[in-house]
Amino acid sequence: MPVLGESWRLRVSGPFRASLKFSFANVLWVVYTRSPRLSGLRNRERVARREPRVLGTLDFNRYSTRRGTSVQMAQIIVENLRKTFRVAERRAGLWGAIQGLVHRRHREVHALDGVSFALEPGELMGYIGPNGAGKSTTVKVLSGILVPDSGRCEVLGRVPWKERIATVRDLGVVFGQRTQLWWDLPVIESFDLLRAIYRVPESQHAAMREELVAMLDLEPLLDVPVRQLSLGQRMRCDLAAALLHSPPILFLDEPTIGLDAVSKLAVRDFVRKLNRERGVTIILTTHDMDDIEALCDRVIVLHEGQVLSDGTLADLRETITRERWLTVDFAEPVADVVDADAEVLRKDGERVVFRFDPDTVPAATLISRITARYPVHDLFVENPPIEEIVARIYGDARP
Amino acid sequence: MLDGLRLYLRYLGASYRGKMQYRASFVMQSVGQLLTGVMEFVAIWALFARFGTLRDWTLPEVALFYGLITVAFAVTDALARGFDVFPGMVKQGDFDRILLRPRSTTLQLAGLELDVRRVGRLLQGLVVLLWAAHALEVVWSPARLALAVAAITGGACLFYGLFVLQATIAFWTIESLEIINTVTYGGKETGMYPLTIYRRWFRRFFTFVVPLACVNYFPTVAILGRTDPLGSPVVFQWFAPSVGVLFLVVTFQIWKFGVRHYRSTGS
Amino acid sequence: MRAYWAILSARFRTLLQYRAAALAGLGTQVFWGFIRIMIFDAFYRSTNAPQPMTFPQVVSYVWLSQAFLRMLPWMPDPDVRMMIRTGNVAYELLRPVDLYRLWYSRALANLTSPTLLRCVPVLVLAALFFGLQAPASLSAAAACVAAMIGAVLLASAVANLLSISLLWTISGEGVAHLMSVAVWLFSGMMIPLPLYPDWAQTVLSLLPFRGLMDTPFRLYTGHVPASQVAALIAHQLVWAVLLIGVGRWLLGRGLRRVVVQGG
Repeated sequence: MPVLGESWRLRVSGPFRASLKFSFANVLWVVYTRSPRLSGLRNRERVARREPRVLGTLDFNRYSTRRGTSVQMAQIIVENLRKTFRVAERRAGLWGAIQGLVHRRHREVHALDGVSFALEPGELMGYIGPNGAGKSTTVKVLSGILVPDSGRCEVLGRVPWKERIATVRDLGVVFGQRTQLWWDLPVIESFDLLRAIYRVPESQHAAMREELVAMLDLEPLLDVPVRQLSLGQRMRCDLAAALLHSPPILFLDEPTIGLDAVSKLAVRDFVRKLNRERGVTIILTTHDMDDIEALCDRVIVLHEGQVLSDGTLADLRETITRERWLTVDFAEPVADVVDADAEVLRKDGERVVFRFDPDTVPAATLISRITARYPVHDLFVENPPIEEIVARIYGDARP
Repeated sequence: MLDGLRLYLRYLGASYRGKMQYRASFVMQSVGQLLTGVMEFVAIWALFARFGTLRDWTLPEVALFYGLITVAFAVTDALARGFDVFPGMVKQGDFDRILLRPRSTTLQLAGLELDVRRVGRLLQGLVVLLWAAHALEVVWSPARLALAVAAITGGACLFYGLFVLQATIAFWTIESLEIINTVTYGGKETGMYPLTIYRRWFRRFFTFVVPLACVNYFPTVAILGRTDPLGSPVVFQWFAPSVGVLFLVVTFQIWKFGVRHYRSTGS
Repeated sequence: MRAYWAILSARFRTLLQYRAAALAGLGTQVFWGFIRIMIFDAFYRSTNAPQPMTFPQVVSYVWLSQAFLRMLPWMPDPDVRMMIRTGNVAYELLRPVDLYRLWYSRALANLTSPTLLRCVPVLVLAALFFGLQAPASLSAAAACVAAMIGAVLLASAVANLLSISLLWTISGEGVAHLMSVAVWLFSGMMIPLPLYPDWAQTVLSLLPFRGLMDTPFRLYTGHVPASQVAALIAHQLVWAVLLIGVGRWLLGRGLRRVVVQGG
């Protein structure tokens, strides 16, 4: 057994003095960077942090870009954004796991592969695409959270990742699955905390809060701890929380996911009002096609990091497919259902799904034809799901 | 600065109010914390009962070391929960929400949670400290008291810095946090006993790399009025706790560097 | 048995994924063991009086306790805790298996798989560099292994008790904590049991906790002759059976509570 040494003398020596000097130098550096003598970006950040936002509380569209240019200039500019992630690969099985202990393999994921678009103030843009297409990555870059590998981006005249704090001050973000409210506290206290965080003047905050509470019907919820709220109630509170500091831009990430029908309509109604009456620029990321149809003037389809389509919703539908799907539940299983203008997509016992072009045969005509020939229990008409649309676009894009 | 401080206090207040809603659970867990502390001290006491002295340190003297480090660690444990849970946050992607707020990430994480359960540990440490103060033949002048408070403060800053360091490493790898954990909790264990009983290289590590000795051993030696077997000058002993504060400042800089890295590589 | 094996294998695989954690964890154990050794060394140097255990024996004891730290039942099963908190424990009632046996197997897996992973590197390092002695004799080694098996069975019973006590939401946490403290103190994890004051030794030898760590390690170091292994294992198993019985009974009561309160 090794023996403990007898000599206990601690030499207050070089290494000790060096480390003291290093720490002291560090303190000096901190003091220096916080001093008013700096110019450039840090100074702007500092100013942005201190200035309270004073503007007409309820009039978002009076807000102009930071450099005082006209409101007509594009508010959000994205040019050729690229971002690649390295993901570690997991191997299957016990032997694979032991191998992974020694040597890790990596895979490159191109989250953004040359994305470009521009948004005017007051636009409501729907941002759609399959999972993993790069939608949340784009939102992260626009918020200044993530730095892209290459490309240009401007939000309200600022480069987001260079001026995170100033950029984020003018943004509201709502995540559908996660709440930004404090879990154990009543809603009103969360609002209060947010006021302190965003440095909103008391009167402005109070006016905004009252307006939002009225618009979203939050009065009975204000004193309820967030953990006791239903999903729909929580989403409404989250929407209010995101807007308390009157941001001119709002990012909504799956706001209606998991909501009941009533709440969905309430949320959609609110978002529409926000955009049409208050002029808030909104980017809506969603899988719900009905949200898009109800709200968006403009739709951008993203797939594997690339913009596949950018235009109005009507254009999207026009170019990709005019077709509709008619699902019929027959009263009894029918052997062979045939119609001149409709193609059978799926057959499942009594349920048959038809695909038809409303220009060739109007829905009403087709329905009356089928119901005349066969006994029908129930039926409904719908648009093809978003994945179909995107898959079609993808099919067209890659010959 | 002042505004940041006000927000910090607001955060802590909000966390406290949230926790107090579960009062029974809080009391139970605080008592549990107290018991854990008692258990630790029972072990030390048992060893002294068996061996009499630790080298030339008596039980009340060791109790002073123990008390100071326990109180310092309990204070930090209560305040640094934000950085402690940070690795989990990064994994779940919740750090993005923090980045979406127009405030420094340091401030937001510092105020994330106030772990009021640690009051149990704090009480236990204070009791041991008070007993040691009573049992020792030391005149408690205001200067000595101030030094004890400084030692606790410096120790709290040191451990806080270690928590921040641990959180910063989570930016690079979620998995190897145990290394810092080792140093943090191992440091606490180490600080319970006077530094002289450890090996030379061990002492050097906990003086120069993680300045635990500066916030615990040297001030205590000064309080006890003993000549330091390790030969440090008395002046240094009185100013040693400030090294803990410096350590914290350094780790905050490293944290900022880590945030920058996170933003360029994503989650 | 098959369920146990499946759980064990899955845990093993999960643990291997976190390779850096595995390495870092090893560092932690070595660090802690090292601190303890230094503290004991200082104590042993402070007096010339004879002690119940020699210093080399203490060194081996400490390293063994670090190597087999994962086998100590000081924490309720985190899965069970999550289940109870979310209310999912109700689903457990729907399973067509004996619930106590299921939880026991889970506890057994939780205790054995991390231990198997951690004990070998720690033992190797300790033996090479830090003074871990070889077993006192071949029979001592055999006795130690036998006692380990008993220890693991006993530990699973204790761990299960800890998990079951969580069914009583708030007071259960307190009880679990109390038991946890007792486990740490009286199993030999904090300090080797022989070093406790003499007046405490009788009580310590009666309590179940010494069967968790103290018994196998004392056999290893030869502090207790290998011939006594039968009596010691009997002590472990009697307590294990007792705790299993209590656990079963409590589980029944606890689940009825859950159902009645509509959790």
